[in-house]
Amino acid sequence: MSTATQLPAPATAPPPPRRPGRARGSVARRQALAAWVFMLPSLVVLAVFVVYPMTQALYLSFTEYNVLQPARWVGLENYQRLVSDPAFHNALLNTLYYAAVTTPLSVGLALGLAILLNRRLPLRGFLRTSVFLPVVLSLAIVAIAWNFLLDPNIGLLSYWLGKVGIVSEQGWLRDPSLAMPAVMLVGIWKNVGFYMVMYLAGLQSIPRELHEAAAIDGAGAWRRFRRITWPLLANQTMLITILAAIATLQAFDQIYVMTRGGPFFKTETVVMMIYRIGFKQFEFGYASAISWVLVLLIFGLSMAQVAYFRKRTVSY
Amino acid sequence: MAATTAPPAPIGRRPGVVRAWRAVTLVVVLAIAAVMLLPLIWMVATSFKPETDIVKFPPGLLPDRVTLEHYREVWQRIPFARLYLNTIVFAGGVTVISLLLDSMTAYALARLQFRGRNLVFVAILVMLMLPFQVTLIPLYDLLVSFGWTNTMQGLIVPRATNAFGIFFLRQFLLSLPRDLEEAARIDGASEFTIYRRVIMPLAAPALLTLGLFHFMYNWNDLLWPLIISQDQSHQTLPAGLALFMGEHVVEYGILMAASVLALIPVVLFFLVIQRRFVEGIATTGIRG
Repeated sequence: MSTATQLPAPATAPPPPRRPGRARGSVARRQALAAWVFMLPSLVVLAVFVVYPMTQALYLSFTEYNVLQPARWVGLENYQRLVSDPAFHNALLNTLYYAAVTTPLSVGLALGLAILLNRRLPLRGFLRTSVFLPVVLSLAIVAIAWNFLLDPNIGLLSYWLGKVGIVSEQGWLRDPSLAMPAVMLVGIWKNVGFYMVMYLAGLQSIPRELHEAAAIDGAGAWRRFRRITWPLLANQTMLITILAAIATLQAFDQIYVMTRGGPFFKTETVVMMIYRIGFKQFEFGYASAISWVLVLLIFGLSMAQVAYFRKRTVSY
Repeated sequence: MAATTAPPAPIGRRPGVVRAWRAVTLVVVLAIAAVMLLPLIWMVATSFKPETDIVKFPPGLLPDRVTLEHYREVWQRIPFARLYLNTIVFAGGVTVISLLLDSMTAYALARLQFRGRNLVFVAILVMLMLPFQVTLIPLYDLLVSFGWTNTMQGLIVPRATNAFGIFFLRQFLLSLPRDLEEAARIDGASEFTIYRRVIMPLAAPALLTLGLFHFMYNWNDLLWPLIISQDQSHQTLPAGLALFMGEHVVEYGILMAASVLALIPVVLFFLVIQRRFVEGIATTGIRG
């Protein structure tokens, strides 16, 4: 439309349509107004139930607050306490331990399963559904079944494991050295299908000709994986690993159901500790300070993800 | 996901080798499926076992005798109908309201021109990166001051919209062609009419996928209902059953029957629309 105004208007031109100039400005204004009306309900909800609590969490982390008495400003006291609190060190280490074990295991198993499922296979649809099914189920509820499977007296899995020599007298979930592996196992079982599906999408985007050509040139299965599949899945692997790490840092559901953070706080993760300090001991100020550590960890991973995908994309 | 992507079958192998290879893969496939399904098979099998069968040693996978007693008892021992209804109202309510609000905001962000659009979008991206656990304590505090703890609105309203939902729908709406809506605009249709009559019908597949995510996420959620509804009559199934287990450790028959019933809606949804579900995850990488 702007080009039209540069043409000399013929003397006999019909009166211009009422579009340009002020009218167009008012169209734009009307659209902007409509946009804000459309967004208003969401923005109100987000402001009241996300943004305000977020800033409030920052404020509370500098106070001592237990609901009954008004918040009292204590400066950096909560953060100083956090640095020297063995319970927090324990929760942070447990969380990092949980993340460091379950992330690579989940991602590795997911890749293996995706490669398997990308082949011609008997019962392929059944296998894919079986692996994926735990993803959609409530972790809290299936953890009850896992709890029962691992029961030292009447649990099927602990009985079977006992037969192959893995015995726990107190039961897996009351054994300080086996409780963490048990909740890790359940975490991996729950999420592996999710990452598998993401890997499958990546595998299917690799042109088949690459594999065929390499096979004709005499490359074996391992070489084809190493030289074709793995490099072409680099982005997918990065994305999945970061997503998995973020998810594992927030582990809570199966731990709450199976161990409540025990025995002897051996499975208390950061989120479990926030729950205990905040909602069992009602130390809202200290719990808020702990939750900011979680924010830092997760935000850091998210930023790493953004930075990685800005910098490089592999394509052939 | 069809056979088109499978590598070509090896040529020139002897039929015996091929048959042996097929047998090996079949065993591997069944073994993996058995590991993945074991807790679910155990859950279903136990829910039909009589009490004596549940506590016997050594334990067996399948029931000696099938009974429905736990399915009858569960309604009396736990306020199970109440938990179920609460979960339907909570997950269903959040899904419907959130789809409406998310799509309205996504429409504005994807299809309308206005100043501040990028600012709003960046704010939503930032919210997407922050873990919701950090808001739990102030949110609880806020809902206490509203008198909303142990209420349905307390559970639902804070989830009435969702940064992920807005982001997901915005990305989808950006991919739609502009012609239809421009034509409608020239015909003098209001923005609401365009949203309602032109864009939303086109967005139906994305709305269905997002609706599934919202429903599944809230149906399954533990931490939020655990904190907001400490009173059992306002709890949802995951929190209610987790607490019941904490109090009555050994009543596995009832717990397993309750678990089976609690998982059924999501499993049914999933089996019916599995493909869409899986595609949604493959394209977004986020679980709602």
